Amino acid sequence: MDDLPYAHALGVRPVEGDPTLLTLPFADGVVGRPGFLHGGAIGGFLEVAAIVALRHALAIESDARIKPINLTVDFMRGGRDKPTFARGIVTRLGTRVANVDATAWQDDPARPIAAARMNYLIVRA
Amino acid sequence: MAPPDTVFDLSAFLAQMHAGHAGLLGVEYRAHGPDWTELALPYQAALIGDPERGVLASGPILALMDTACSIAVFLKLGVERSHATLDLRIDYVRPATPGKTVIGRGECYRTTRAISFVRGIAHDGDSADPIANVAGTFMFTDL
Repeated sequence: MDDLPYAHALGVRPVEGDPTLLTLPFADGVVGRPGFLHGGAIGGFLEVAAIVALRHALAIESDARIKPINLTVDFMRGGRDKPTFARGIVTRLGTRVANVDATAWQDDPARPIAAARMNYLIVRA
Repeated sequence: MAPPDTVFDLSAFLAQMHAGHAGLLGVEYRAHGPDWTELALPYQAALIGDPERGVLASGPILALMDTACSIAVFLKLGVERSHATLDLRIDYVRPATPGKTVIGRGECYRTTRAISFVRGIAHDGDSADPIANVAGTFMFTDL
């Protein structure tokens, strides 16, 4: 994730000891309407979580490149002024396409603030 | 009962775009009509998602389109009814050209009592050669 300038700009940090769990501190740069996270920041955070999970799944073939094809985000609850967590799960890793789900939550993983599903194109060298 | 709606003030809305997430991304206003708006996302190195090629990450484009579509809802209504994104679907048709400003056009084509329906495209100069295609819904939060 260190090589993703966008993740750094957003303020995304890894959670130590868990390679696919990320956290996003609440800060002015991710605010939409006052006191709430911007939907675009939540969506961007979910995309970072998806990419981290996919890279983790692809670890043995580090020369593979991934390109986003599409993303569908459902926003379930407003993101409040507290830390947010996100995790991506690779539901299928094919030869050309990967399906990835990602979920974001604040207090309780069982009460997500948003969830996304994504398709990625995998370009192998 | 919900308070009476106030007239949507686009310039006041745009004035606070220098702060928050839109400020971080450097989103700028370009144009608008009765049910659409066009915003710009100037290229900046901090928003790169593919350092090898210098291509912008997809997240900032999603945020640009979310913002443009939300403003389009306000414009279509003409009043300031608060709303939240319910879902947003984006197809990344091709990578954004490194160095170029991304233009996001959001349109609200239908509003109902509870829901607004939006669509939009992002391009970097030629709207016939889009970067992304978007469809989504917003729900009103004042009901």
